[in-house]
Amino acid sequence: MDHKNSKKPTYSRFSQQELPAWKPILTPGWAIASFITIGTLFIPIGLLALSASDNVVEISDRYDEVCVPDDYSSKAESYIQNPDVKKTCIRTIKVPKKLVAPIFVYYQLENFYQNHRRYVKSRSNKQLRDPKAEDDTHDCFPKSKTKDGKPIVPCGLIAWSLFNDTYKLSTRGKEISINKKGIAWKSDRKAKFGSNVYPKNFQKEGLIGGATLDEQIPLSEQEDLIVWMRTAALPKFRKLYGKIETDIEAHDSIKVEIENNYNTYKFGGRKKLVLSTTTWIGGKNDFVGMAYIGVGGICLFMGINFILLYVFRPRRLGDPSYLSWNRHPIA
Amino acid sequence: MPANVERKKKKSKGRVKWSNLYTFSCFRPPAPASNRLDFGQPGFTRVVFCNDSGKHKTKPYKYSGNDVTTTKYNVITFLPKSLFEQFRRVANLYFLLVAVLSVTSLAPFSPLSLIAPLVFVVGISMLKEGVEDWHRFIQDMEVNSRKVNVHIGGGVFVDRQWKMLRVGDVVKVNKNEYFPSDLLLLSSSYEDGVCYVETMNLDGETNLKIKRCLECTLGFDEEIKFSKFKAVVRCEDPNSSLYTFVANLEFGDVDDSNDLDLNSSYPVSPSQFLLRDSKLQNTDYVYGVVIFTGRDTKVVRNSMKSPSKRSRVERKMDHVIYVLFFMLLLISLIASVGSVMYTDRDQTDKEWWYLRLMDDRDASFDPGNPLVSGFLQFLRALILYGYLIPISLYVSIEVVKFLQAMLINNDQDLFDEVSGKSVEARTSNLNEELGQVEMVLTDKTGTLTCNQMEFRKCSIEGVSYGGDVNEIVRAASQRMNIDIQSYRFNLDGDDSTPRDSMETVEISSDHVNESKNSILDGEHDMKNLGGIKGFNFGDKRLMNKMWIHGSNVWDMMMFFRVMALCHTGIPVENEGQSGNHRLKYEAESPEEVTFLIAAQEFGFQFCRRTQSLLFVKEIDPSGLEVEREYKLLNLLEFSSSRKRMSVIVRDEFGQIFLLCKGADNTIFDRLGDGGRAYQHATTMHLANYAEDGLRTMVFAYKKIKDSEYEEWSSSFSKAKAIIGPGREELLENVSEIIEKDLVLLGAVAVDDKLQDGVAECIDKLAQAGLKIWLLTGDKKETAVNIGFACSLLRHDMHLFNLSLSREVESKNELKAMKDDILNQIEASYRATINEKTKDDPFALVVDGKALEIALRNDTRDEFLQLAVNCASVICCRVSPKQKALITRLVKKYTGKMTLAIGDGANDVGMIQEADIGIGISGMEGMQAVMASDFSMPQFRFLERLLIVHGHWCYKRISKMILYFVYKNIVFGLTLFYYELYSRFSGDVLYDGWYMVMFNLFLTSLPVISLGVLEQDVSSDICLQFPALYQQGQKGIFFSWKRIIGWMGNGVLTSLVISILNVYILSPSAFRKGGQVVDIAHLGVTTYTTIVWTVNCQIALIITHFTWIQHIFIWGSIFSWYLFLLFYGALPPAYSNREYKLLVEAVGPAPMYWMVVLLVVVISLLPYFIYMVIQRSFYPMDDHVIQEMKYGRKVVVDDETWLREKQSSRKATHIGFSARVDAKILYLKDQLHKKRMFIIKSITNSPIRRSISVNPLENRD
Repeated sequence: MDHKNSKKPTYSRFSQQELPAWKPILTPGWAIASFITIGTLFIPIGLLALSASDNVVEISDRYDEVCVPDDYSSKAESYIQNPDVKKTCIRTIKVPKKLVAPIFVYYQLENFYQNHRRYVKSRSNKQLRDPKAEDDTHDCFPKSKTKDGKPIVPCGLIAWSLFNDTYKLSTRGKEISINKKGIAWKSDRKAKFGSNVYPKNFQKEGLIGGATLDEQIPLSEQEDLIVWMRTAALPKFRKLYGKIETDIEAHDSIKVEIENNYNTYKFGGRKKLVLSTTTWIGGKNDFVGMAYIGVGGICLFMGINFILLYVFRPRRLGDPSYLSWNRHPIA
Repeated sequence: MPANVERKKKKSKGRVKWSNLYTFSCFRPPAPASNRLDFGQPGFTRVVFCNDSGKHKTKPYKYSGNDVTTTKYNVITFLPKSLFEQFRRVANLYFLLVAVLSVTSLAPFSPLSLIAPLVFVVGISMLKEGVEDWHRFIQDMEVNSRKVNVHIGGGVFVDRQWKMLRVGDVVKVNKNEYFPSDLLLLSSSYEDGVCYVETMNLDGETNLKIKRCLECTLGFDEEIKFSKFKAVVRCEDPNSSLYTFVANLEFGDVDDSNDLDLNSSYPVSPSQFLLRDSKLQNTDYVYGVVIFTGRDTKVVRNSMKSPSKRSRVERKMDHVIYVLFFMLLLISLIASVGSVMYTDRDQTDKEWWYLRLMDDRDASFDPGNPLVSGFLQFLRALILYGYLIPISLYVSIEVVKFLQAMLINNDQDLFDEVSGKSVEARTSNLNEELGQVEMVLTDKTGTLTCNQMEFRKCSIEGVSYGGDVNEIVRAASQRMNIDIQSYRFNLDGDDSTPRDSMETVEISSDHVNESKNSILDGEHDMKNLGGIKGFNFGDKRLMNKMWIHGSNVWDMMMFFRVMALCHTGIPVENEGQSGNHRLKYEAESPEEVTFLIAAQEFGFQFCRRTQSLLFVKEIDPSGLEVEREYKLLNLLEFSSSRKRMSVIVRDEFGQIFLLCKGADNTIFDRLGDGGRAYQHATTMHLANYAEDGLRTMVFAYKKIKDSEYEEWSSSFSKAKAIIGPGREELLENVSEIIEKDLVLLGAVAVDDKLQDGVAECIDKLAQAGLKIWLLTGDKKETAVNIGFACSLLRHDMHLFNLSLSREVESKNELKAMKDDILNQIEASYRATINEKTKDDPFALVVDGKALEIALRNDTRDEFLQLAVNCASVICCRVSPKQKALITRLVKKYTGKMTLAIGDGANDVGMIQEADIGIGISGMEGMQAVMASDFSMPQFRFLERLLIVHGHWCYKRISKMILYFVYKNIVFGLTLFYYELYSRFSGDVLYDGWYMVMFNLFLTSLPVISLGVLEQDVSSDICLQFPALYQQGQKGIFFSWKRIIGWMGNGVLTSLVISILNVYILSPSAFRKGGQVVDIAHLGVTTYTTIVWTVNCQIALIITHFTWIQHIFIWGSIFSWYLFLLFYGALPPAYSNREYKLLVEAVGPAPMYWMVVLLVVVISLLPYFIYMVIQRSFYPMDDHVIQEMKYGRKVVVDDETWLREKQSSRKATHIGFSARVDAKILYLKDQLHKKRMFIIKSITNSPIRRSISVNPLENRD
């Protein structure tokens, strides 16, 4: 008998599938409550986000086309590639609203594929971090070594194509200082770019892709490079150029002196200078607020509809007349 | 050899010349003379040198050995063969391709993440195959190494393993042993060379079959004699026909010179042929010569290779996979074409100078070679977007099914206390099929019945004994809330002369009372009598000699004498129980045993038999016990055409009696004018017994004058002496002469005991919309009885019989047979579509031979059409192969999910052929279980297995697959959309580890918990609402509508996720610190929203949350953050761009959290709205039932609940409840009529009969 009993499955609520369970049923009450809750939650959030976005002052100025002298207008490329032509370009920006410090200066590139697989891969994180790993350039093709086989630091396409337009801002004849420190992520500066790694053989031969680097300054302090090396996710992107730590009054006009060096003409890209303040949601972003309000609105609408339905055509919970055998009575 | 000595002793002691006892040597059918010419011709080439197996070592007489292998693989072929099996699945082949490619540089992520799951999936499946094959191997080993006594020359027999046996060997098989191969019977322990064989494993029949050796070999009945035995058998080639065997034995007297004189040749018939896997019974030993071995044996030829089964859901899933595969190809093509276009357009370095495409060319982006790079991009895309075709789906399904099977195996309610066995899922492949079964094909013996006969009722002199109220009536009256008592009270009030519906038998009301009491007492007694096997009878009026106080004691005694004398049984000592003097009996059929037992209980103990004398201890009418002896003059054998059996005995006073028992019609036809006194009452009783599913037999007798007997006896002897074709017919005719002018005594009813809960189970299954077909090797009468017993048949059904008419059968012409069957089918079919009878229940009873014709190509459609129109179908006398064939055809031509259930080796074919095969594990044979997908100790567990576990598993697997498809579309497509933003360069938005984590940790456990634990309603509600099961039969949870819907939901969600993330997060800063997003930030945010969305989505579709689901779902989301935290904390050498991502970059940004909230809500909103609308306006049955059960906290409307429980049943004509319903209808009708009568002041009350059910006692 013992032997037989031992074969008997031992009882447990799990094995009998009788564990206590919460069995939520989507009743009209629940549905209405969910809709109303989402609605009442989302609309305020949306309003908050909208108002935050509204407080952001963002000025952008596209300069790639304007900064090509008229006589080069049909051959912008040859203009940009001509080292002998002066590239300075003066722009004036009106300030519609008071810009409260910190004001962030961005450059915006469009139609620039920093996320191209060949581009993204073309870097050596190890080399950037560690002075001993300067030969670790195997991922960096086609910009890994100089012709005589010396490793380039920093190697790879990303570093090579470093953005090299520069901006000088002034208002009322007074120069606005742009703080170029602290624009990169702290973790990058501390851990990813070595404080004892110095540029070597960078932009020394062949076609020059972009900015050059001061070989005396360690990579961890080359924040432009660090920012640039954080490859953008999308072909239209902004990158921090610097911060302005003084307010700029409304209706001032800012004179911008642009060194227009970077070649976006070849691939039809655009360049913009963007000045923006931020709030808790970051920069100007009406979309998120609108989306919240929209979704909240839809949910409220659905909720109200269901309330009306419930009032005018209530379905009794568990109404047996909905059972299949009652709907199609068996003959 | 003391054992041998003892056996010999036994032989001499118990030797009875069986042939003389009850047969007239009519077993020898005429030799098929024409066949002799065929030997040596094609089909008849086999030559067996008996006792000279050495000759079979060389060709052309070298035949296969006796070892049987049922395994699919061996050690060497396992790896290649099973690998081949695995990679025949398209999906696996694709995964293999991907895994191979992943080793190359093309792969966007680590090869391990692709190879490991593949190895897992293939490994698990192979392991499963291997283990199953190992079990088969062990079983083969066990069978092959059974021992048998083999002659090795010089009259010495030694034990050898079965597999060592060779053709030509002479073997000795002892009682209760199985035959190791197909044997030619040479001699047996009985002098006349008969032996008894049980062929349960072959055809499921439990009654013993008599085999008899040729007269010429009769002498070889001792071991020593075989030293000189030499013979040659020429016979047909191996084939699968169980009931035929054509051979010639060439055999001469062996003289001392040992020369073989083979000039005499004897035809051999199936009656000398012993089949492998049948069992020797009631015979101490037999000698036989091996004719067919191993795979040449008939039983092995009848077996089929076990096919590997896949569930329909899985097969449909394959189609879903094809759709996904098409999607994959499409987007891969788009990606590669796009990539080529963009790479090609800048032939030179013109446009994207920062990519330097012309330096250090990369094959994937080679403007000089766009086709190659296009192809490489295509391969890369195939790998990258492989997330659309999730290998983890296969892994998860394997895991889920394994766990489901574990839950089935460990269900306490599926445990049988008696046998100590539990339902076992032997393959977990088919769990969800259990929820979709529409057709149950069941074996009878051992599956529905216990293979145990019980004496239940009898009708003597027109009075029925042994209880009347059957369960149907009891249940009907209970349901009508009127108990029998009140009815009677009501009726007794009016001074009526109740007449039964047939208006013949009059009964008085006090008689009703009496019979009522006797019923109750009878039931009481029954409980007390539980100890006697085969006797389930109780009636005060008969037990304990009470019958002697009856009115017509003479007929009563004759009745009991028929019981005690007209049979072929012998008493065996009942060891151990010396206290009471009850004997045990052995006989050809189990019914005879029950009669003998019953006779013993009534005081007519059959105690001894000799060659020609029968001794019975009888109770005299005075109440004293006397031993009487009867001389057995003749025994007129039972045969299926005669349907009766008689003995002619002379009692101590010299009177000659013919005692006869047989089927009601045959006996009634042969009653004399004076013998019909009880015929009407008996007919009534017989009808009632038969409706209860009892097997009935009618008893009659006749007193024969000496002169009459002498005259007949001589003609009978003459007929017996004839040898030749007409012998049997002649004997029948002669028997006919004496078997007439009989006097009817009464009838007995024997119950082929159903297993526990069979009737209830069939009832539930019928309500759940399943059709049940009974396939049995037994004869038609038995099958029909059981049909009634388990409510597959009822009396008000139109019963169609399909069988070959005798004339046609005798002609043996195919064309005529076909026409005959076709006519019958058409006639029946016309009846089923006839307006008048259309709604009536129909049943079809088909006989094996008719079935064979009906299942031929040209009649098949008509037959199946008819069969499907019938509420129940019973096929009798079907061979194992036919069972399999029926199963296959039903499966194929009706397209319905079939389930076959059986217990014996004869059911193996059908078990393998059906979509789901179930073996009954209680019995000794294991073949059925070995071949089955599920095994269960009792038929009744089918109910819970199907209606609870099947329903759950089907829903679980369907939901799980749909969700899986959804989640992988969501994930895979977001990868693709990013491609559009990166100029088809194939950059991946997510870190490689995210990709691995997605299916491995972040979404796997919730979906497994869904697959294992989801319940729409609890088990008791499943059982209460069998209609829920029909959701599975209709396949509504895995319909293309749903599949497409979920795919659409996935596409929509992926779009919402991608677009919102991109547009919200770029290009302006997302933090107060002015930082903008890069790939890592966009990736992590998108990924977070996916993790949230798919996990919340599963929370929306789960309706059953235990703590496990909560932990898995919310834990999965939590673990994503945990992972991010941990990953970000690793040094940048390992974490790369994810370094401190959460703590530094996205975590502190409110925007990140806002995006997550927004995207998750928007992604889920369409489904949520769909759900709300569906539940509000188009609720499904399970929704409403859920609401009824769990939703209404205040009022639990019991009445509604009960009413819906009732009406959820499928309208069915079979099953216990259906019969009860029919009865209620009948009773109500009667009640109504009665009221009408009362109004009209007519005293006749037809309801009387229905109330006391069977008040037909008629004592004159």
